Amino acid sequence: MDALLHQIISGLANGCIYGSIGLALVMIYQSTHHINFAQGELAMFSTFIAWALIEHGWPYWAAFFATLAISFTAGVLIQRIILRPVEKAPVLTNVIVFIGLLVIFNSLAGWIFDFTIKAFPSPFPQKSWMTTPYFSAHELGSAAVMLCVLGVLFFFLRYTPLGLAMRAAALNPESARLVGIRVSWMLAVGWGLASAIGAVAGMMVAPVVFLDPNMMGGILIYGFAAALLGGIDHPGGAVIGGLIVGVLENLLGAYVIGTELKLSVALVLIVGTLTLRPNGLFGKHVVTRV
Amino acid sequence: MTPRQSTLLKWLLAALVLGGLLVLPFLVKNYRVFQFNLVLVYAIAVLGLNLLTGYNGQFSLGHGAFYAIGAYTAATLMDKLGMPYWATLPIAGAVCFGFGLLMGFPALRLGGHYLALATYALALAVPQLLKYKTIEGITGGVQGIVLNKPEPPFSFRFLGQPFNADRWLYIFTLAVALLMFLVAWNLVRGRVGRALIAIRDHPIAATAMGINLPVFKSLTFGVSAAYTGVAGALGAICVAFVSPDSFGVFLSISFLVGVVIGGLASIPGAIFGAIFIQFVPNIADEISKAAPSAIFGAALIGAMYLMPAGVMGMFKGLWARWRLGAAPTPGPR
Amino acid sequence: MASLLQAQGLCASYGPTQVLFGIDFSIEAGQITAILGANGAGKTTTLRAICQMVRTAGKLSFEGKELIGQATESVVRLGVAHVPDGRGTFTALSVEDNLKLGAYTRRDRAEVSRDIEKTYTRFPRLAERRMQQAGTLSGGEQQMLAISRALMLRPRLLLLDEPSFGLAPMIVAEIFRIMRRINEEDGVSMLVVEQNANLALDLAHQAYLLETGRVALSGTAAEIRGDESVRRTYLGY
Repeated sequence: MDALLHQIISGLANGCIYGSIGLALVMIYQSTHHINFAQGELAMFSTFIAWALIEHGWPYWAAFFATLAISFTAGVLIQRIILRPVEKAPVLTNVIVFIGLLVIFNSLAGWIFDFTIKAFPSPFPQKSWMTTPYFSAHELGSAAVMLCVLGVLFFFLRYTPLGLAMRAAALNPESARLVGIRVSWMLAVGWGLASAIGAVAGMMVAPVVFLDPNMMGGILIYGFAAALLGGIDHPGGAVIGGLIVGVLENLLGAYVIGTELKLSVALVLIVGTLTLRPNGLFGKHVVTRV
Repeated sequence: MTPRQSTLLKWLLAALVLGGLLVLPFLVKNYRVFQFNLVLVYAIAVLGLNLLTGYNGQFSLGHGAFYAIGAYTAATLMDKLGMPYWATLPIAGAVCFGFGLLMGFPALRLGGHYLALATYALALAVPQLLKYKTIEGITGGVQGIVLNKPEPPFSFRFLGQPFNADRWLYIFTLAVALLMFLVAWNLVRGRVGRALIAIRDHPIAATAMGINLPVFKSLTFGVSAAYTGVAGALGAICVAFVSPDSFGVFLSISFLVGVVIGGLASIPGAIFGAIFIQFVPNIADEISKAAPSAIFGAALIGAMYLMPAGVMGMFKGLWARWRLGAAPTPGPR
Repeated sequence: MASLLQAQGLCASYGPTQVLFGIDFSIEAGQITAILGANGAGKTTTLRAICQMVRTAGKLSFEGKELIGQATESVVRLGVAHVPDGRGTFTALSVEDNLKLGAYTRRDRAEVSRDIEKTYTRFPRLAERRMQQAGTLSGGEQQMLAISRALMLRPRLLLLDEPSFGLAPMIVAEIFRIMRRINEEDGVSMLVVEQNANLALDLAHQAYLLETGRVALSGTAAEIRGDESVRRTYLGY
């Protein structure tokens, strides 16, 4: 029973991370209607930047926030410079560009930081008041950090003028232009935010799985699954989807199938759910007039 | 030029091209011939995916799985049952047709990104399943299966090069590829092709016009998988080796890259796509030993800037512009 | 007196299809101008051309500034508000959010709040539904919301595309009454595209008649109303 509880709680902690990646994907999807397949690699690269800063003697939280700023800027630049030329191109053209970005960042990380596995520090020390037999300090701490990030994002989108403008630009770009919103820049800011969220996810997961260029591959898939499970246009759904995926992964891995096949089985189950509810658990059933 | 002369010219051109293709393997070294074989194999696979994604709009990130199944079917039949290599092709095709049909059913309910995720799961699962302990006896587990390259039916020398296994496989693969391209071309030219495109562009209207969507979509999945399966079988024969790790997720992604680079909903585009995915990584390797994938990624992005509709899309655009330049522009002044 | 909005030889195309073939018109400040014509005449395209939402050529200036080549959002920031056909409300956002977005480019927070209150006074029905999702409003209420959102910009020129479309006659009459009041009280110049020629000529001071992308007739509303061919083709008598 203890072990089961531990698996579930640990799964929830992982789920926060999957949910965050899912949320980043939903953010970009809502404004551009594209899934950013490079999201995981961008997060991984950001984590490497944080690692490099820490290696140079920066204190953890200074490196953390500096990395957030760098990731945000990088996201904005990538959207402005690399994605704008293909903004109006067909979906699959954009997909190939994302794959290109994915490959570039993976390769650059391997080249600059090499492929050996590195340790990444956790700001939540092992032996502290937060550790319990059910979950480690890091699991609790990272869940708290992710919830903070989500809270800040929610507050920003709902209660600030810029957040409202971003939502408007995503909902109806043409009308947004007609009230003077620079829709192109809203896309860029969306990318910046998604990159920053991804960076946080990367920095929270690296202490557990160790840092290497292929760290985020599986996590991206879980994030994608989380986003779809929650309904691709529902940010809150992505978070809940992430929690479900996290718990499912742990339970499958521990009790059903073992670690090699757990990814495939988890995906099969998710896909099975989607065949029953094609718009995700919380997605809106959009009725269109023919 | 009369229509008769035009047809004659076309036949002459085709004969020249065919002749050139037949002489080609004797002009280059063995390793190049091997690479050409893979280009032909990938072209068939990319064509299969294009039927599904380009013509029918169903997004698949899992065709590497069908390639793997085809490859392993051929390898097992040759290794365990001693079947001749050419007989494995139709069986691989049929097996993959069945799997494709199976995959087509959940695909009916899923669209767009959901289908992408589902097929991605398939692409991940197949290599893992191939490594599974219980069927190691058949699949050879992690070590895979080693095959013998088939010997050519007769031997001779031409232009100083021997007619060896690789060159024979080239002719064989070329023949299979030509046949499969012809079949696909016939398919998409007629009612079937129009139905596929109607389903892709406006499924509701297609249903209203009496096209049986579930049947068509599942069959398309099956045929697409069959094509890629035959390609996989050919690949196994050409490489003479199969192992689970050679059929990872990147293979599926490569096929998709091939489809888009070559041009969606285009038959000849598959050749260009296959050339890209076979040779550009090699070129990238020569440009930079340290980060070859980064060069490949940059090539992908560059290609999309220059040719957002793929190579065939670019040709069509150039062709249209050439014709517009020749004819006077109609319309009010 | 320099015109508020002036177009000379304005051409517009959707991709390769040309829709406007060199039209000339000018809008005077403080006036309501109507653009009439049948379906496909190019009326909506004219408004879209002003907002640079389609490919345009020729000369088009607003308060002396050249519009062609600018982004839509820049044209809006110059003081041109557009109520598109179909209303263009943010259906998933609340009424109040829609109004706030209308004032997105303004810096004077106190005045914005005052304008929102003025909207609620002018349209009590919107006040009742201020926190409701805009998509749940009736057609007439959405039209009121769309016009109010455009007015939140405090524009000097208001473009309206088929404000009567799909609405019951009583609602339409009310909306046109309010449009006249807005023009008289707040001095907002308007350019109204309407298929309902009767309504448009009642409201407007000036009118242009478009036929397949060209200006067929122009003049004061009274002149256009008096024209034989207009009466027979568009007014039905």
